[in-house]
Amino acid sequence: MKTPLITGLGTVSPNGLGTEAYWAAALRGESGIGPITRFEPDGYPGRTGGEVKDFNPKEHLPSRLLPQTDHMTRLALVAAEEALADAGIDPEELPDFAMGVVTAASAGGMEFGQREMEALWSKGGAYVSSYQAFAWFYPVNTGQISIRHGLRGASSAVVTEQAGGLDAVAKARRHIRQGTPQMLAGGVDSALCPWGWLCMSRSGRVSAVENPSRAYVPFDIEASGYVPGEGGALLVLEDVEAAVRRGVDKPYGAVAGYASTFDPRPGTGQEPGLRRALEMALEEARITAADVDVVYADACGVPELDRLEAEVLAGVFGPRGVPVTAPKTMTGRLLAGGASLDLATALLSLRDQVVPPTVNISRPAHGELIDLVAGEPREARLTNALVLARGYGGFNSAMVVRREA
Amino acid sequence: MVTGIGVIAPGGIGTKQFWELLCEGRTATRTISLFDASEFRSRVAAECDFDPGASGLSQREIRRWDRTTQFAVVAAKEALEDSGVLGEMDPYRTGVMVGTACGMTQSLDREYAIVSDNGKKWHVDEAHGSPYLYDYFAPSSMAAELAWLAEAQGPVGVISTGCTSGIDVLGHAADLIIDGAADVMISGASDAAISPITVACFDAIRATTPRNDDPATASRPFDRTRNGFALGEGSAILVLEEYQHARRRGARVYAEIAGHATRANAFSMTGLRPDGRELAEAITVALDRAEANPADVGYVNAHGSSTKQNDLHETMAYKRSLGEHAYRTPISSIKSMIGHSLGAICALEVAASVLAIEHAVIPPTANLHERDPECDLDYVPLAAREQASDVVLSVASGFGGFQSAIVLTTPDWTAR
Repeated sequence: MKTPLITGLGTVSPNGLGTEAYWAAALRGESGIGPITRFEPDGYPGRTGGEVKDFNPKEHLPSRLLPQTDHMTRLALVAAEEALADAGIDPEELPDFAMGVVTAASAGGMEFGQREMEALWSKGGAYVSSYQAFAWFYPVNTGQISIRHGLRGASSAVVTEQAGGLDAVAKARRHIRQGTPQMLAGGVDSALCPWGWLCMSRSGRVSAVENPSRAYVPFDIEASGYVPGEGGALLVLEDVEAAVRRGVDKPYGAVAGYASTFDPRPGTGQEPGLRRALEMALEEARITAADVDVVYADACGVPELDRLEAEVLAGVFGPRGVPVTAPKTMTGRLLAGGASLDLATALLSLRDQVVPPTVNISRPAHGELIDLVAGEPREARLTNALVLARGYGGFNSAMVVRREA
Repeated sequence: MVTGIGVIAPGGIGTKQFWELLCEGRTATRTISLFDASEFRSRVAAECDFDPGASGLSQREIRRWDRTTQFAVVAAKEALEDSGVLGEMDPYRTGVMVGTACGMTQSLDREYAIVSDNGKKWHVDEAHGSPYLYDYFAPSSMAAELAWLAEAQGPVGVISTGCTSGIDVLGHAADLIIDGAADVMISGASDAAISPITVACFDAIRATTPRNDDPATASRPFDRTRNGFALGEGSAILVLEEYQHARRRGARVYAEIAGHATRANAFSMTGLRPDGRELAEAITVALDRAEANPADVGYVNAHGSSTKQNDLHETMAYKRSLGEHAYRTPISSIKSMIGHSLGAICALEVAASVLAIEHAVIPPTANLHERDPECDLDYVPLAAREQASDVVLSVASGFGGFQSAIVLTTPDWTAR
């Protein structure tokens, strides 16, 4: 079975626009979480979020795209452009149908949708934009990226809440095996508008803590839920032969293993699926727990879910058996974008042989179970990185990326 | 292998009623009754006469679930019962993949009007609105409900590619079985988006038909007088099973998903290139993967959305991919009868394709009285035909530029 290479990264994050800016901030432990400024958060239970700062879409995108795109699509288009440039791919030079796009989505273009629903209900149906039909829908990022770069290969969009950022990459890998040699895959997401915020707060998992450095502290005894953020990453995946043919000598790594599982119905007393996903991903990567050098945790921030994850990690790797990190403590959870950003971060850590820290942890809740890389980055010999992601409702995904010597 | 079918469609609940409607060439389009649509340009839709209580849902489920999820659950129950697979599957080897274009739009639309005081407040009111808003926000909640219903703990998710979702999700589910990630997949699509926001957004681009004075004949694919699609709603869920798994338990096998492919046109979020190249490529690759030749195709279940742009695009794609055989093979669009239920429709079309194999009947294109002169293929006007097909091709084309094709065959066809 072929293990496709990752040859390009594009990143947008609350603590850095662009891969290198993000990575430098992550290593400095610099958080992008702060008070919500996009709208007036008074009256909502949570008021803290991870916003992408200083993003002026006019500087990045042609003006004709602005009226027809939600904020999250603009961010996705910027990440796509960076990923292709980083991979050194000029789509115009590719044969027909050689490259496709798979993105993960959670709720589509929520802010765009809110504006159009406002027009519908306050003024009437005739005031709804002619762009609404596609600006909000789940695969909008796939469609807009495909059009902008002329990518006509197999393309799709997946929705598995916060696990989608890995599932999209796994689906892209499948398209490569089926004959589309190059894929752009991942998630970039945002729902930072009042309507999106209200919906997200109904998950019961959004932190009500206002202090930005205390609001999202997974694996800490003060854990109180998570902070929603925006952003994500897109990755260029490539068939090995295609990459060799065009002279790629330093890929970020290979997608070595992946699995996804679903939890049993709550209350049945059966074991949740996270451990199974993890073990199946290792099996597919043909490695054992001892070969894993770092784990990017899902780190939900909900105490019982943190405990479950810590127990699974201790069960598989032994107590404190592997360095565990959650750089998403600097960004918040990015809906469908979060796991893709973790994957990009994992690849950067393989490149630079350093693990970025989990920030703001003052009193670890599971110190006997997991070795959390807290406060400072940690240099280490890294060959295999494991990324875990869970989606609301019971979705579990695990992916192993391997450094290519 | 398809071993179970469940359907919620306009004109009747359940697979049997669905197939009877199609074979009789009856139409289920009518004036919108789900809400007052009098202010809109297009006021026609194919609605389901769906009574969730009579379909076995509890009061709690009805209160909690959007209509899209309700459709999917009831269809999945029928499919599971039809297949007899419940109790014979390993939860770890069972998955769910469901498609949708519009997710929980109806609930989001309704709840938004409440929390915004009919659009007057941008800062929506936290004190109002359903406790289940997050389930409506992310449509993955529908996949979770189906997984719990089927006790599936394998790969579970939503594939959403607009109007090609139904084909893309079934193709993906079939891939998971072929790749060994699951033995049984509960897969299909659901959409129930006949709601003010949906009607308004299709009005805005004039995609839907304004034939309000004669709703029963509003959807007329390939007809010279067609002027837009009629919105629909519904769900089809299939049970897919690995070949040996189905054989071991002596399951009835309706058909095999033998190949599928999808391509993007990279052209426009709503428009189509007139030459049909990307759809033709998807058809060619799907047939290749099924190890079938164009000449093997006994029936084409068309996208046939009843827009001029589509009908010409699709006709070109058939000529390009099937060559001379395009003129010989019957092609029909069931959207003429049950409207265009967005992401759900191509799952319903795959169900119809499977039933066409099972019953050796080709459903017609209703309301096709005068063919568009540029559409010069055999679109099976008005009346069904008794004709056996070993290989059926079903296609879809949608917003975002997605172009998809799937090939269904008789269970033993590939073995030959």
